[in-house]
Amino acid sequence: MEQNQKIRISDPTLRDGNHAVAHQLSAENIAAYCKAADAAGVAIVEVGHGNGLGASSLQLGEAKTPDHIALAIARKNLTQSKLGIHVIPGFATIERDLKPALALGVDVVRVASHCSEADICERHIGFSRSEGVEVWGCLMMSHMISPPMLLEQARKMESYGAEGVVFMDSSGHFIPEDVRIRVETLVNGLGIAVGFHGHNNLGLAIANSVAAADAGATLIDGCARGFGAGAGNAQLEVLVAVLDRLKYSTGIDLYKMLDASDLAEQTLMKEIPTIKSVSVVSGMAGVFSGFMKPVSRIAKEFNVDPRDIFFELGRRKIVAGQEDIILEVAKELAQRAQKGNS
Amino acid sequence: MTQDKLKVAIIGSGNIGTDLLIKVLRSPHLECGAFIGRNLSSSGMLKALSLGVPVSAEGINYIIDNPDCCDIVFDATSAKSHFEHAPILRKLNKRVIDMTPAKIGLMSVPSVNLTDCLNEFNVNMVTCGGQASIPVAYAIGQTQQDVDYIEVVSSIASRSAGPATRQNLDEYIKTTEDGLKEFSGARRTKAILNLNPAEPCVDMQTTIFAKVGTPDIPKLIERLSQLVESVQKYVPGYQVILGPIFDNGRIVVMVRVRGLGDYLPAYAGNLDIINCAAIAMAEEYARVTFSTEAKGL
Repeated sequence: MEQNQKIRISDPTLRDGNHAVAHQLSAENIAAYCKAADAAGVAIVEVGHGNGLGASSLQLGEAKTPDHIALAIARKNLTQSKLGIHVIPGFATIERDLKPALALGVDVVRVASHCSEADICERHIGFSRSEGVEVWGCLMMSHMISPPMLLEQARKMESYGAEGVVFMDSSGHFIPEDVRIRVETLVNGLGIAVGFHGHNNLGLAIANSVAAADAGATLIDGCARGFGAGAGNAQLEVLVAVLDRLKYSTGIDLYKMLDASDLAEQTLMKEIPTIKSVSVVSGMAGVFSGFMKPVSRIAKEFNVDPRDIFFELGRRKIVAGQEDIILEVAKELAQRAQKGNS
Repeated sequence: MTQDKLKVAIIGSGNIGTDLLIKVLRSPHLECGAFIGRNLSSSGMLKALSLGVPVSAEGINYIIDNPDCCDIVFDATSAKSHFEHAPILRKLNKRVIDMTPAKIGLMSVPSVNLTDCLNEFNVNMVTCGGQASIPVAYAIGQTQQDVDYIEVVSSIASRSAGPATRQNLDEYIKTTEDGLKEFSGARRTKAILNLNPAEPCVDMQTTIFAKVGTPDIPKLIERLSQLVESVQKYVPGYQVILGPIFDNGRIVVMVRVRGLGDYLPAYAGNLDIINCAAIAMAEEYARVTFSTEAKGL
């Protein structure tokens, strides 16, 4: 391997982590962590509601700190790190959300969609690019389509003006080989940078991130203490240490990163993310982790194993928003069990 | 009988335009004088040709050159194109039913303000999410004190969203939010749209959340049931599947729209509801036109 190949770290602790605390991160939380991450030399610090800009809502949870305040505070406390935002078209609009955010000094815009819906990102990517900021496309729940299909969607983002594409393992489903194949497919098929965002349902977020770097990804996401949705993200301070052992250069000061992670543990989170039993199952099944609560409730109602429900949901490729199918699956499993007994 | 039918032209041969065509051909009060697009080999055009409808690929110029082809124009192109079309059609004295989020004319939601629209030359059909949620928001505005906030989340099947819909998400959000505000009187509104790629395709579903001063659910249930009945007259697949309930400090109502399955399958209730509303509007113009003419005789 080429010595000291550079990997840029993008840190969504203050965005993905908001999922873990029902979007209740405060202005003080944001200020303190930004200062610490900035001191450690993290390349990009992402800030906002868990679902990104303009997503504070009754549907997904209202953010304690409104976008404009969160971004202004972060801007004030970042001197060397770039300030990033996550933008999902359908939630955030250019006029209402993106223009004010850019006016507050955002440096990096990551425009995201479900992995098969890249074309909803065209205008947000184009607009951000025309404003002169750094623009990435993000493909979420990327395990749900094949590597060639992922490339096709990433190419669309490239054609809209994205300077890089991040694919997200939102359900924590991938094993390193899955990641390697996807990175290679994207690196060979695109003329722009490739990034990876891992979740830890199967305990592989770090191994997957390493596989991504080895295969040619140049941007990796990680969160302090893994602070993020469900089982958590790739644990940033571990990632920095492992990449250092592998002779990658992240430009991050390890001690200061460890300090930032301690601060995150003490001030941001109610509990450190762990891999709960149901996280393992949702990761294996590749099902959206937000299904945990309804699945547990309905499993009890129908006297079926919630793990069986998850695997059946995964087999049917159910996505967020299809919570009604849980009932149907539970009913079917209960009937099947009855037949088996008779 | 045909002399009792109003002639319509449809500009835009995408999903919306083609589905409108099928509904127009079924209407006892409307007939299609021209189906206009840009490409004679598009699937919408081929469908129109197979139905024996006069077609053109000349866009708005066809109406300029053949002004007698229609009394009413459905503009199912894009907001950007409608800004060009609107002044031309006004000069030609055509009534316009605008299917785009351009929002030049009065917003029309037939169950709420059909008669207010009768004297307008240009009405706007808001958005699919607007047609699904505004009757509920209106009922909330009419029955609740101090409506602070209304939020509307719509999920539609990915396959039901064509390229124009995907390009116009921002306009969709803005127009839906404006419509909600206007018809409910809420201080703040928010619209969210999710494209769901699941197979088999999901039905269109819309959830309406409201924060109000002192909720009065019985009063809302009563008013809402009248409005739902009125929507169902032109959108048979419209139904409330949850609520109204008061939960966690907010009023919640969920509606589902099953389409008629005319051009796209029944899951595309989003397409169906805005088109059914537009047809209801056009049929009302026809009814008024002929009853006025009858009186004139």
